[in-house]
Amino acid sequence: MSRYRFLLKKIAWSVFTIFFVLILNFFLFRVLPGDPARAGVKDPRMKKEAVEAIRVRFGLDKPVINCFQSLNPIELGDCAVNPFDTQFFIYLRNLTRGEFGISFHTNRPVSDVLLERLWNTILLIGAGQILSIIVGIAFGVFAAWKARTTIDYSALITGLVAWSLPTFWLGIILLFWGSNNGFPIGGKATPGTSSYPFLYQAGDVFKHMLLPTLTYTIVFMGEYMLVMRSSLLDVLAEDYILTAKAKGLSTFQILKDHALKNAMLPIVTIIAINLGFTVAGAIQIEAVFSWPGLGGAIFEAVNRRDYPVLQGAFLLIAVSVIIANLIADLTYSYLDPRVHSE
Amino acid sequence: MAQDYILEVRYLKKYFQAGRPGWFSRGDLFVHAVDDVDLQLKRGEVIALVGESGCGKSTLSLTLMGLEEATEGTILFEGRDITHASPKERKEIRQRIQMVFQDPYESLNPTQTIEEIVSEPLHVHGLATNPEERNDRVRRALEDSGLKPAEDYLHRFPHQLSGGQRQRVVIASALVLEPHLLLADEPVSMLDVSIRAEIINLLADLRQKRNISVIFITHDLGTVGYFADRVAVMYLGRIVEIGTMGEVLKDPQHPYTKALLSVIPVPNPRLRRKRIILQGETPNPIDLPKGCRFHPRCPVAIEACKLSDPPLQKVSDTHSAACLLLVR
Repeated sequence: MSRYRFLLKKIAWSVFTIFFVLILNFFLFRVLPGDPARAGVKDPRMKKEAVEAIRVRFGLDKPVINCFQSLNPIELGDCAVNPFDTQFFIYLRNLTRGEFGISFHTNRPVSDVLLERLWNTILLIGAGQILSIIVGIAFGVFAAWKARTTIDYSALITGLVAWSLPTFWLGIILLFWGSNNGFPIGGKATPGTSSYPFLYQAGDVFKHMLLPTLTYTIVFMGEYMLVMRSSLLDVLAEDYILTAKAKGLSTFQILKDHALKNAMLPIVTIIAINLGFTVAGAIQIEAVFSWPGLGGAIFEAVNRRDYPVLQGAFLLIAVSVIIANLIADLTYSYLDPRVHSE
Repeated sequence: MAQDYILEVRYLKKYFQAGRPGWFSRGDLFVHAVDDVDLQLKRGEVIALVGESGCGKSTLSLTLMGLEEATEGTILFEGRDITHASPKERKEIRQRIQMVFQDPYESLNPTQTIEEIVSEPLHVHGLATNPEERNDRVRRALEDSGLKPAEDYLHRFPHQLSGGQRQRVVIASALVLEPHLLLADEPVSMLDVSIRAEIINLLADLRQKRNISVIFITHDLGTVGYFADRVAVMYLGRIVEIGTMGEVLKDPQHPYTKALLSVIPVPNPRLRRKRIILQGETPNPIDLPKGCRFHPRCPVAIEACKLSDPPLQKVSDTHSAACLLLVR
């Protein structure tokens, strides 16, 4: 019974947090300096009427919210205005319809831009995450099992070096190496292959993915490995491991039945946090390999002051981090019975 | 003769290397955790192993359990040499020697239910494969350990139980294999005083009911007074006095035992015993004092104590002590 209450409580909190992010997201961009209407077209000769037309087109002529015409510079307005005719409520109403607005730069709906980029990111970072989790945990368990031997120390040093490598540097090195060995140097697909058969295209994307995925795996593997190793060593020093040994369990049974489940708890937290940021994309990797992912989109949008795209991307990242945390909480309650009973 | 004893320990030594071998470490340093221990235990007998922290009580029990490899000496269990048993033999022996650890908060896996914890030994040893029989044994072990009715506890997790209940679970999971010998390593030191007597009574009952031999390790002579048949007092890895409970408590021979006994609180406030407070620290077990290992702290040491290391000498048939001053 308490498990369901725990679940409901967590979900309620997540919904509340998402709502809070929605509101924050709106005001965050409204208090930023600069006129969004002028950010798109930087031509000083632009006529006043043209600017006004852009403002009307994007709804920027409407008051931000009751009593405030604009937030930067602060300009008080009419408090008696119809609340449903303010930017804030139009924003909320559009969100409920799944509209994130229109990109200032490309004039395409933000949701289209983001969705296309999102799939690319999930493809690349998802593959990297899964690989680094599997490899990192396996190495971590192995190192802990062989604790204080040469194998352990070499694994430890490798992990530390991998974790502390600057991502962009490793990416550039691999890119240099790859470009001399027949790997494509950037992008997601070879230009002009969109009419080729599906299998050929898939192979092409796979080839483009190899180097960035490798970079991601190497950098993130170190973290998983080190945390897994130390967490498992902690658990192996617990009395219940000695008790299990005294009961007659073999080393493998102790690892399988007692140690791993308890040692997985810190890993679950890290995986969840990292999964949340998967959607944000590894900006450095996407920039180095010109991968058309979400991280790259954010990078470009900042340069172009494309606020609607940023707003949408921030929302997407926030929601995915919150959902990842929710999943972590639920996994936790499955792994550790102490979590959901206070 | 040998068949009378369930456990015979002869000249058991367990040394730990001090520091890892390497370029800069001196390889010849050893911690003398257990140093020449001789001990016999009859079937159904309870022996209390007493001594201060670091005297080697726990190392002795881990070595008996096979969780540490003995450096020298032999351990005979039910007439069979188990000192260097192979992993397969060891697993079989573990059905008959079980251990209760000190800290019930640490020795239970927090992610397992009580049922899983108590039935695990059966599972591991492939015993009671029939679910009904298994449930029956788990229930019996729990109820024998004082967790009645067992149904109330089966599906709980350790964190939902009190310290005393947890220790009962630990005992139940040792009992479920129906061991012949139980090693209890300070089973009550982490518990509230009010619970201690209950757990000790429980162990006394079990010994009556199941004729289990118990090695009860403690640093507190007061808790074992009315439970153990014999007492062995350990100091720096060696037994310095051993005898029946009555003999050792009423007529201690070794100055160390006398000091230990003198500091047990007496319930009568008018009756004041003269306390013997030992001076100084326990010597470093790496660098043992020459001669009698107790002489630097001994209130009655003489010159000869610095020179010769006294062996255990008989005071009576059942009582011996290792002190040069024993008047024969």
